[in-house]
Amino acid sequence: MFDPSSIIVGLEIGTSKVCAVVGELSADGALNIVGLGQARSRGVRKGEIIDTAKAEEDVRHAIVEAEQMADVEIRSVYLGVTGGHLRGFNNRGVHPVVSSDREISEEDAQDVVKNAKAINISAESHVIHAIRQHFLVDGQEGITNPVGMLGARVEVDVHVIHGNRNRLQNAVRAVKGLQLEVDDIVFNGLASALALLTNEQKELGSLVIDMGGGTTEYVVYANGIIKHTGVLAVGGDHVSNDLAYGLKIPLGRAEQLKVDQGSALLDDSVKGQTLNYSTDLGLPLKPVNLEHLRRIMSLRLEEIFQLIGQDLEQAGALDYVRAGVFICGGGARIPQVAKLAEQVLRVPASIGRTNSISGLKSALDQPEFANAIGLVKFGSFHHRRRAGAPSFAAGIRGVLSGIFKRG
Amino acid sequence: MNTSAQTEPPAAPKKNLSVKVFGVGNAGVGILDLIIQGGLPGAAFAAVNTDPPTLAVTPACEQVSVETRLLRGLGTGGDPERGRIAAEEHLPKLKSLCQGTDVVFLLAGLGGGAGTGISPVLARAAKEAGALVLGFCTLPFACEGGRRLRMAQQGLAELKAAADGVICLPNQKVFKFIDENTSVVETFKITGQLLADAVRGVARLLAHTGLIEIHFADLAALLRDRHTESAFAVAETMGPARSREVMDKLLAHPMLDGGQVLGESDAVLVSLMGGPDLTMAEVNRVMEQINRQCEHAQVIMGAAVDESFRDRLAVTLIAARRASGEVPEQAASTSGADSLEVQLLSSSTSNRPGSRCVPPAPTLSPEQVEQLMARQTGRTSRGRNSASRMFQGQLPLEIISKGRFDKSEPNIHKGEDLDLPTYARRGVALN
Repeated sequence: MFDPSSIIVGLEIGTSKVCAVVGELSADGALNIVGLGQARSRGVRKGEIIDTAKAEEDVRHAIVEAEQMADVEIRSVYLGVTGGHLRGFNNRGVHPVVSSDREISEEDAQDVVKNAKAINISAESHVIHAIRQHFLVDGQEGITNPVGMLGARVEVDVHVIHGNRNRLQNAVRAVKGLQLEVDDIVFNGLASALALLTNEQKELGSLVIDMGGGTTEYVVYANGIIKHTGVLAVGGDHVSNDLAYGLKIPLGRAEQLKVDQGSALLDDSVKGQTLNYSTDLGLPLKPVNLEHLRRIMSLRLEEIFQLIGQDLEQAGALDYVRAGVFICGGGARIPQVAKLAEQVLRVPASIGRTNSISGLKSALDQPEFANAIGLVKFGSFHHRRRAGAPSFAAGIRGVLSGIFKRG
Repeated sequence: MNTSAQTEPPAAPKKNLSVKVFGVGNAGVGILDLIIQGGLPGAAFAAVNTDPPTLAVTPACEQVSVETRLLRGLGTGGDPERGRIAAEEHLPKLKSLCQGTDVVFLLAGLGGGAGTGISPVLARAAKEAGALVLGFCTLPFACEGGRRLRMAQQGLAELKAAADGVICLPNQKVFKFIDENTSVVETFKITGQLLADAVRGVARLLAHTGLIEIHFADLAALLRDRHTESAFAVAETMGPARSREVMDKLLAHPMLDGGQVLGESDAVLVSLMGGPDLTMAEVNRVMEQINRQCEHAQVIMGAAVDESFRDRLAVTLIAARRASGEVPEQAASTSGADSLEVQLLSSSTSNRPGSRCVPPAPTLSPEQVEQLMARQTGRTSRGRNSASRMFQGQLPLEIISKGRFDKSEPNIHKGEDLDLPTYARRGVALN
């Protein structure tokens, strides 16, 4: 029915849900979302798999649902990864221009990128992304393409995201156990940013915060490039856990209350209010103080934004955020979360919209799906690059799959 | 902290300060032995014990046996009450021993009969004789049992009340110094040596005229209310790189846990001792590092010059920390309501340093409430203040459960565990 090569699937194995999104790349290069499958996740904590059997089962459910909806057979996926072990940093590579006329050639540009990617990290670390930022020619900054320019010394910055090899491999293995290929692994924060940001926003400078169940990822784009990335292993689960502890209620009830009554801000109107609930059998449950609930929740969320703010400040990335903060993930569902982010980070904040993709519009424009849609988008970039050089397509695929077989 | 107006180092480093070191009980006499062996110029020594045999082997100058008929020459049998009674009986004799002394150092191993029972009495006797009293004591090992530890705590409380200051070394801390093969004798020798070092360091600090002087009052103020847990370290280096080396040596001292203790302590006293060639830059270098280590602490520093310390640098450091759950002694001794305010302030900020728990709402004991009420109504009730105060201690347990993250990898960010509820870590009360 479809040419299988034009089907791109993004798979996110999250802490609260497993989500598979099927995208179709049409002949003219437009991306269309045709299917979506999701399942409640049970085998993941803080973004990392702790129960392989359960995780595999959940992935299977999500994939099957997506296959049915899109009416395709899924063979390979772009897998989103996250976890507290992921680290991002910037690295600079240097290369002297040796040609007699001092013109920077294509090879020089490739060499300098290669130098920048040669980084010194521990043996158990695996580099997920090494994303090129801007070139510098003889110390002049902000050059996007140095080929053809004159200079004695060309430098380039790359943003490297790496994580623990074994822990990344856990997710890959879970997917491979279902007879699915992994095209590439992608940092979740990067995928969300791809889904939410328009080119203009990337140019102007934006911060994307993906508040998931177990982790919160954040990415700063500025001048069209990735400036800074980070992961906090704190998410919606922590809010529920805080509520369960603070209000002395079971975790399941805390979860429900968080969804029903939660808010990111504490306002005066809830002062002294209590909520009375009863079980299905009509027995009264322990009354819950709404003010306490909101206070616990708002403190935790405030702390998350503060930690992000501190990290960005340290990296000097906060000044680049001019277009604003975009929040996605399940955390974006919390009422007034954008307002809280605005208060803490002192930058305009809003809920991110995945408006850069066509397809099942109303169903997909949800902050929770930004990540999986971003994965599809990441895949489509790869795909186009592959399609652009058909003779090398097999070769690139070989390299990519080689990476995962080695890993 | 006083800076003396003298421009050149004084020729005679000694002040006219007479120091007498008392070893009380078996442990105290043992430590006294070590000090005498190591030498402490300008100090007199006296050993006080209940059973004469241990006194016979001590080369201390004066020997006092507080023997009574009650004991029948068998010692106290580990009962502090007997030690106390015996000492009370000999109170005039003890007092006469302290006569004419300016500073009395009192060495004792708390937890037994003699040390625990006699030392508070001796401290009181010394005070009555007009001397300043500084106690150096050890607390028993945990394996010696809860009863001994309780007795030691009680003895410590009494000693605190009687003495101007107490430096206390829990023996348990010595486990960091020893390995599997260290014998019991050596272990006790180590604790003794540590206390002996401390005595020598403090004696040096008091006896020498400093460029930047530390007075006894400074020391006593530092130790007051804080002496349940103090750490001290002495380091000495030579040569041109001495100021740099001394800091490394100091931080490597097992007593300081690689500087961690400094970060936790809330009062630190530093005394530097060097030859006439001690430069300001060196003092500055050492102090800068110490200040960086202990951001939250009140640091008292002193620097002194001794001719015999040419080309050498010795740093004595005493770090004291208020133990968690401890109620400052002040309110009990001074009934003035002013101190209550201080106490309320301090208890909310620094009383519970390591705890991550939300402070419980009732922070006042009934007596304190009464004081507060009395103050508000303008009447004071003094009757209850003298009554012995009871307070509930706190178990050193982490009482917050991490819930569903209990067994997952901890989420440590700048020393805070992010898995714990934020409101609990920040101490926001829900009420």
